[in-house]
Parts: sequence; structure tokens; C-alpha cells
Amino acid sequence: MKDDMFNNFFLDALKEIGNIGSGNAITALANMLSKRINMSVPKVRIIDFKDIATILGGEEELIVGIYLSLEDDIEGNIMFILDIDSAKNLLNMLLDKEVEELDELAMSALAEVGNIVSSSYVNALSALTGLKITVSVPSLAIDMAGAILSVPAIQLGLISDKALFIETLFKEGNNLVKGSLFLLPNIESFEKILSLLGVL
Amino acid sequence: MRIIKVGMADLKVIKAPGILTTLGLGSCVGIVLYDRINKIAGLAHPMLPSSVEISNNQNKAKFVDTGIDLLLEKMLKKGANKYSIVAKIAGGAQMFSFNSNNSILKIGEKNVLATRQKLRDLGIKIISEDTGGNYGRTIQFNSEDGSLIVKTLGHGTKVI
Repeated sequence: MKDDMFNNFFLDALKEIGNIGSGNAITALANMLSKRINMSVPKVRIIDFKDIATILGGEEELIVGIYLSLEDDIEGNIMFILDIDSAKNLLNMLLDKEVEELDELAMSALAEVGNIVSSSYVNALSALTGLKITVSVPSLAIDMAGAILSVPAIQLGLISDKALFIETLFKEGNNLVKGSLFLLPNIESFEKILSLLGVL
Repeated sequence: MRIIKVGMADLKVIKAPGILTTLGLGSCVGIVLYDRINKIAGLAHPMLPSSVEISNNQNKAKFVDTGIDLLLEKMLKKGANKYSIVAKIAGGAQMFSFNSNNSILKIGEKNVLATRQKLRDLGIKIISEDTGGNYGRTIQFNSEDGSLIVKTLGHGTKVI
């Protein structure tokens, strides 16, 4: 893939998807919790994948990764990532108690949040492109950042070395959560999205 | 002792003393080739099993097949003897599981199989391995004594 594909217009379109998606995700979470959640403007970037572990605090940093596959009109994957403190803060928000250990219940709650957040972005992408996209059941892993990120990196390795990276910060009371999301369409789907956004 | 880090889709060769390391190995495979007599060590960190039928294949270190060839070539250039070389491998985990036939998730296993095949073709013996599972690994190879330390989060540390 050529870098010039990521021109400004495309980046703007993706940023818009990032904005709408983050807004939808926070609204869904706030409704679910009946709490007020504040959100910062999401950062949307096209990054070199090799830098990603560094952005997240190093290859050996413990992180939570929630992975879903995209089906129907496009194929690919979406990954939602939380650092361990953010995961705990998010659980405090969800379960209304201090969470020290990530047990079964905690993991399934996190997977569900990953599902809500990812679906919100996918719906935004769907609305802008008119494509029908469904997301699979989420799969969750808690491990070294390098190991978790090797999965999307490998997938991208088949296409290019860049990824769409969306970072959202949100806050409820004292609970600050930083979530990162990667959108990883396969090559045909990527071209389909670009073409429907009027880039190709 | 100097520690040399090998990133994803990269490879490095050293002559003892020194440590070759890769942090947070997931579905990728860490391949160590070691000439025990001349104490020349190489570590490759490929992501994909095969460079064949992939257009974006300029970086040889990204693939198991071309990565091993390149690693061997660099070691021979540094003075290694092909017949003294043995291998140790680690990684190839499946980090996520789905009830779908998404083949990309089985890439760890494919990387390990491709590594075994390629080394067999070259006549290089794998003397130890720690592969598979669903967890990440950090590996450290000591070019002085040939030991490979495999560290995990929650699955212990071992020397292979």
C-alpha cells in the first residue's frame, strides 16, 4: 500500500469516524451505567505499527486486548486496548467497587465494554460508507503488549506497516480511562472503504 | 554484557560475548541459530510463515523462510560453520481464540510449522523449543553458554 493513499481527505474521514464512534461509545456506556461520563476529543492517527508498543508503554507492559472480527460487506478485525490501570478504573465504574484482581467476572465485563466500544465505531463506519458490517463475539487476552499486538501486526504485515489508531480518554468521577482502538480491515475491504469515502 | 534487542520483523547476529533478546513475543516466532564452536549467535523474529505469494515481501526478516536464509547467510559471513549450527525456537502462541475459521489466528502455529520445515530442509537441528500456548514470551539468548531464557507473565520462567 502506498503512503499517499493516506491523504488528508482520507484522514479527515477517518477522524470523523473516530469522533462519531467515540461519542456513540461513551453515550452507550453512560446509558448503561446511568452515570455522567466526560470524554476528550479522540486522537486519530495513522501510525507505523513498529512504534505501537512504545506508545503503549513498552513491549513487556501488561495490557488488556479485546479482539473482534468484522464480517459481511467488509472483512477484518478491530482491537480495543486498555492499560491495566484503565482496565481497573473501568471496572470500578462498571461494578461500583474497587477491583484488584481481574477475575472471570471482570474479564467478561471488559470484553462486553470492548464489544460496545468496537460496535460504536463500526456503526459510525457503516453510516458513513453504507456498508453492512457485523462484529463477532469478543475475545479477550491479558498479556505483554508486544505479544497482544503481534496479532494485528501480523495481519497488517500482509498489507502494509501502518494502522489506524484511535485513542480516547474518558472520565467518570475519579476514574480515568484511556482506551486505544485499531481498525484493521483486510486489503479488499480497505479499498472498498476508501472507494466509498471517495478517495480511490 | 551487551544486550542486543531484536524487534519484530528484524534479525541480528553477534559473536560472543553478548545477549540477544526479543521482548513480548506473541504469535511471531523467535528463532535462534547458534554455532557452539565459534560462538556465533543469530536471532530472527519473523511474523509470517512464508514470503511466497505476498507482494509486500521486501523485508526478508519478516518471513520465516527468507528470514532463516538471511540469518544463516549473515552468520556464515561472520565466520560460523554451517555444520556446527543448532537451533532453539520459542513463541508461536495463539493469543486470541474465536469460534470462527479466521485463519490469521492460527498464524502462531503456522509460523512454528514453517520454522521446523525450513530448518529440516537446511539440515539444522532444533535442540530445544518452547512454542504454542496462549501467552506472550520474552526471550534472552546468551551467546557465551548457549542458554535461552524464556520469561512469561503468569506462566513462569524457564531456561531451554
